[in-house]
Amino acid sequence: MTEDTFRTETRAWLEANCPPEMREPVRTDADVCWGGRDQSKLTQPQKDWMNRMGERGWTVPDWPKEYGGGGLNPAETKTLREEMARIRARNPLNSFGISMLGPALLKYGTEEQKKDHLPKIARGEIRWCQGYSEPNAGSDLASLATSAEDKGDHFLVNGQKVWTSYADYADWIFCLVRTDKTNKHNGISFVLFDMATPGVSTKPILLISGYSPFCETFFDDVKVPKENLVGTLNKGWDVAKYLLGHEREMISGMGLGGGSKNPLIEGALATIGVDHDGKLADPLLRAQIAQFEVRSKAFAAMSERFIDELKAGKAHPADPSMMKYYGTELNKSRHELMMAAGGSDALEWDSDRSDGGAAPRAWLRTKANSIEGGTSEVQLNIVAKRILELPGA
Amino acid sequence: MPLYLNEDQQMLRDAAREFVGEQMPVAHMRALRDTNDTTGFSRDHWKQFAEMGFTGILIGEDHGGLGLGHVEAGVVLEEIGRNLAPSPFLSTAVAAVAALKGTGAAERWFPGIVSGDTVAALAIDESAKHRASVALKAERSGNGFKLTGAKQFVTHGHVADLLIVAARTSGSANDTDGVTLFAVPKDAAKLTATPERLADANLAARIEFDGVEVDADAVIGEVDAGRSPLDRLLRAGRTGASAELLGVGGGAMDMTVDYLKQRKQFGVPIGSFQALQHRAAHLYAEMEVARAAVLKAQQLLDAGDPKADAAVSVAKAMTGMATTLAVQEGVQMHGGIGMTDEYDIGFYMKRARVLAELFGDANFHADALATAAGY
Repeated sequence: MTEDTFRTETRAWLEANCPPEMREPVRTDADVCWGGRDQSKLTQPQKDWMNRMGERGWTVPDWPKEYGGGGLNPAETKTLREEMARIRARNPLNSFGISMLGPALLKYGTEEQKKDHLPKIARGEIRWCQGYSEPNAGSDLASLATSAEDKGDHFLVNGQKVWTSYADYADWIFCLVRTDKTNKHNGISFVLFDMATPGVSTKPILLISGYSPFCETFFDDVKVPKENLVGTLNKGWDVAKYLLGHEREMISGMGLGGGSKNPLIEGALATIGVDHDGKLADPLLRAQIAQFEVRSKAFAAMSERFIDELKAGKAHPADPSMMKYYGTELNKSRHELMMAAGGSDALEWDSDRSDGGAAPRAWLRTKANSIEGGTSEVQLNIVAKRILELPGA
Repeated sequence: MPLYLNEDQQMLRDAAREFVGEQMPVAHMRALRDTNDTTGFSRDHWKQFAEMGFTGILIGEDHGGLGLGHVEAGVVLEEIGRNLAPSPFLSTAVAAVAALKGTGAAERWFPGIVSGDTVAALAIDESAKHRASVALKAERSGNGFKLTGAKQFVTHGHVADLLIVAARTSGSANDTDGVTLFAVPKDAAKLTATPERLADANLAARIEFDGVEVDADAVIGEVDAGRSPLDRLLRAGRTGASAELLGVGGGAMDMTVDYLKQRKQFGVPIGSFQALQHRAAHLYAEMEVARAAVLKAQQLLDAGDPKADAAVSVAKAMTGMATTLAVQEGVQMHGGIGMTDEYDIGFYMKRARVLAELFGDANFHADALATAAGY
């Protein structure tokens, strides 16, 4: 199919299949569709959009067709994304399965694991969470202690995870466990299991934003079948690193903002107004926003460059750390400026007018950006050692 | 177009890196300064630039040039920046060529630029800060014009064969229209150029126009419609200065990272201290983001994309900020030796300051972006 034909047909299909409700901006958490076994909280348009896109494999357009993907080449994938952006279509499915587990399974999974899990991820049937961090293994992730004892046909998993995003809604977990206590990095394995397995329990953690996307997750004699091991025993750290690279890419995308309308600028103009020269009537805030916009636009170019280099195999393996660091720090300053622009309106916590305090809650949420997925300090360590090749302490 | 250099561009970079690095390393600039050289650059090297085709890099093949774009010009400028090489490349081969391109004046001036016989200087600024306003007057007189007023910060202005002058032919200083761009030959009467040495040891002239008479064919493009070639000049100059800043910042960062690996204190290399590692890694991130912004601006400019103006402002502001950080961290992390004239890192700080000011500093361009975005 030629580029033009593909674009024409894609445009027509999206026009016919994307419900009008799914072309409105995402305003609250309820507007984000995560799929999963329990779809009772999804609206009909959300289900329609997810299912129609899932059937075509367009929730994961560049995955192979045999695993539920769209089988599109990079140019077609780009065209699809452009056409979705053109009608301002929402993401049909948000999923840690798509952004993190999927790429790792495609690289490290067995044929059975790929055939079993990937299509369900693509269609939004199973919602995944990530079991990485532990109370005493934060930035030093490899010191994790959750144990998996070899019991012949299964592993017996015991321990505790923390910061497991949406564990209370997840159907399955991809999890790092210790299978060898004598070797720090080469004693970790990567396993998958159903959250409904006996012995798994979760408890939400209330955050400063008043929300609770994270949980503590406990494993008490959880039986995990051996075939759920991904990659080689004791070599789970390789899978984890590969997956973290994808997570960092995803998080670094936060620095980009989105859409043609700039909420920061629009918001500031609405609350503060303009002077007689048509300039924002707070010259210092205007200067801060303008300097932020320089960095934001430059970072957008950096992201574009990174993707181009990634496709061409030219990207440095530690580049995602640099991107994660820069993108999350930018996102924090964006929300700091949005709070300044919003004034007292941006302080309302529960009112309808404020969408239930969307602005202050989002602002508080961003403070975790430079902590989750590896702190800014950890990313800087990685850049210093792996890119600048500075000596170890 | 992918946002990295293609193979041809990498080859050009390698050639430029080798030539500039060997022929015009920082020691070359230091020698010109120490001998109080009054030209400001080496004409021999400029001739060699011509032999390599660099002087005609943006000039079409029909005029004997290489017919390349701003990405390629930037590749050369980055090496110039990395070596702090004094050269009229930015003013002549990039900015002046962009102004003259497609006008009747190209026929007259391009051959000399290609052959390395002609050096051009840009008489644009009238105050200590770069502004869009143009006050210098050009009044009709006989068959031509008479120019009255003053310009400053004219690099190579005292030795240039050609001055590109922005003048006002109607309206008042802040008007957009009514500007005319002139190509003024160096032998014009009643023109006084006074060179001053700047902090970075380069020479820039203050120029007095005391009724300087030029022919009508000195007009670049159309009378009263000089904003168009002037904008071309500024877009090219700003993008080029950004690329040179990238070289200055990258050179300073490389020197600093090397120093962190070598310099020992408390019995270990200082680069093993996390406090310094984090600052170096942060600097690296700023420079990489700036590098992407510059290439984006160059590509959009080469494609004639209407989004180029904003991208050029982003590039100039971002490189201004990132390179300022690079040279400041460079001097700080070098410690006391960084403060000595004997060591090169201080030269990077001085050059960065000059380039940051050239064609509008980071604040000027952030303000331009804000105005264009409607706030």
